[in-house]
Amino acid sequence: MAKTLFDKIWDAHVVSSKEGFPDILYIDTHFIHEVTSPQAFDGLRQRGLPVFRPKQTVATADHNVPTWDQHLPIKEELSRYQVDMLTKNCAEFGVELYGLGHPYQGIVHVIGPELGITRPGSTYVCGDSHTSTHGAFGSIAFGIGTSQVEQVLATQCLLQSRPKRMKIEVNGTLQQGVGAKDIILYIISKISAAGGTGYFVEYAGDTIRSLSMEGRMTICNMSIEMGARGGLIAPDQTTIDYVKGREFAPKGEEWDKAVAYWETLYSDEDAEFDSVLSFKAEDIEPMITYGTNPGMGIGVTQHVPATEDFEAKEQGSYKKALDYMGLHDNEQLLGKPIDYVFIGSCTNSRIEDLRQVAAFVKGKHKADNVVVWVVPGSKQVEQQAIAEGLDKIFESAGFPLREPGCSACLGMNEDKIPAGKYCVSTSNRNFEGRQGPNSRTFLASPLTAAAAAITGRVTDVREMLSELEFQE
Amino acid sequence: MTKIFKHIQTSVVPLPIENIDTDQIIPARFLKATTREGFGNNLFRDWRFDENDQPKADFVLNHPTYSGKVLVAGKNFGCGSSREHAAWAISDYGFDAVVSSFFADIFKGNALNNGLLPVQVSDDFLKKIFDAVFADHTTEVEIDLENQFIRISSTGEKENFEINPYKKACLINGYDDIDYILSNRQAVEEYEKAPNP
Repeated sequence: MAKTLFDKIWDAHVVSSKEGFPDILYIDTHFIHEVTSPQAFDGLRQRGLPVFRPKQTVATADHNVPTWDQHLPIKEELSRYQVDMLTKNCAEFGVELYGLGHPYQGIVHVIGPELGITRPGSTYVCGDSHTSTHGAFGSIAFGIGTSQVEQVLATQCLLQSRPKRMKIEVNGTLQQGVGAKDIILYIISKISAAGGTGYFVEYAGDTIRSLSMEGRMTICNMSIEMGARGGLIAPDQTTIDYVKGREFAPKGEEWDKAVAYWETLYSDEDAEFDSVLSFKAEDIEPMITYGTNPGMGIGVTQHVPATEDFEAKEQGSYKKALDYMGLHDNEQLLGKPIDYVFIGSCTNSRIEDLRQVAAFVKGKHKADNVVVWVVPGSKQVEQQAIAEGLDKIFESAGFPLREPGCSACLGMNEDKIPAGKYCVSTSNRNFEGRQGPNSRTFLASPLTAAAAAITGRVTDVREMLSELEFQE
Repeated sequence: MTKIFKHIQTSVVPLPIENIDTDQIIPARFLKATTREGFGNNLFRDWRFDENDQPKADFVLNHPTYSGKVLVAGKNFGCGSSREHAAWAISDYGFDAVVSSFFADIFKGNALNNGLLPVQVSDDFLKKIFDAVFADHTTEVEIDLENQFIRISSTGEKENFEINPYKKACLINGYDDIDYILSNRQAVEEYEKAPNP
């Protein structure tokens, strides 16, 4: 019977399936971090259980770490305690930790792929909704809650009902200055922040296929922002080339065997999806969000919708969002002065993102009214950026390269956007207070963020394209 | 062991806002605790308190009129981050169930794992609850998990809701997912030994 890629991987990981019960799904690798794991380790202690497969568990500290002076002790007491707790728990339960100061430390969804831990055809979970990132390799990866973290630590399995399958195709040629982030913001703006709920999404089509692994990760990363449990992309030569030679990637005969399996991972031609959506790449502009959920996005030249465009029962929520953002009906964002630019997060902090921003800002200087934070996704990204001289380019442009972590994506660590300030951000969420109490977020691509850093305003990056030497 | 839920009848707290994300339910800066208790103090923190930590009079949890064990909210409740702290905060504050016309997946799972019942109703029924509560704040709802219905006590209007039969049994009996998987340990070990791709 014809199967979707998702079903092929799911079926290969079912330990037991029983009518009326969720499947027991085997998890190949479990990523953990400091915020959603302490209560799970406590649970194990209370039950008197060990970590069932410590070698299949990988830990890092990312959410709660400073991105400046990481060699010093963490200043904030509760943050320091939580990070110390992770160290203690990993030591007690025999889990490998890439903590602060380790050359592999970084955002959990950046380090998995760059270390070759993330591979096609496998299952990954983490107590973090952006675990969907790893689906870019053609794997099943999704976020879980802390009770489930405890479940996977205790059993290496997860009780899970099979979700519905959705296929989202994007075909055609992207305009210059439009990239993966714009594609996913566009899709979410069309289907809403709840449009994918209950589904696992496979992204397909020639536009998706033409993306680098970094671009594919950006797309899969934001699957959760349309409510989908996860997203995946069938592996191809781009995937195989990316994984090859990485630290924990299979080697020698194991490699050949793995590649032979990966080449079977695609949705069969007649495979049935519960929902299929198609978009044209040519229709996509550089995107920006104006509201307080990621579905509230528009092309950068468009106007914010009017309250009356919405159904009566939705108008209250819409008005609340615009009030929070300090915007009004039909306003155009283009040209609006901004205060902060944040380039980072598990959505856009990989070396390719930093290279793109560096190529754009080279020889330019940031606007005086803007504070710019560039935060690499991992220690390895940071080192690579320094090796390529990108740090010097950023410094000349008026902003230093910071140290790795989740940073201003979530208003948890020291990096917060002050109340009332506007931030053009390459992260994934524009919720009220997400980047700090009463902060106001415009989500956009790294290029759009870089353009805003230079002009100090919301900018259509396409108008500055002649300056993009690297796109020749 | 999961907290047991069978049946409640209670007044409700109405929050007719759509797309309430888990960052609103519990902002990230309050996720630094390493235990499960105490999150209720910071439930809806930035809607409930101003920058000087004073209660905002216009927010429903600070309104003396509304109280009860059930939170009723607009569609797509619990979207965003996977933080289970959101379910802990709602439960810790004193709610036993959340009613909405649509729940985000991860939140729904987290709630069920903590004995907090997510009751998904139709858009029409949700509107009926809001209308009844805004007409009379003492309006009660009855939620019967065994028979899978929710009823507005004053009007008698009733709607059935769906729940995974396994999770229903867990809530009614206090069963736990980990115990269930551990009882299948042999199957897990056999799976690991089998030649897998």
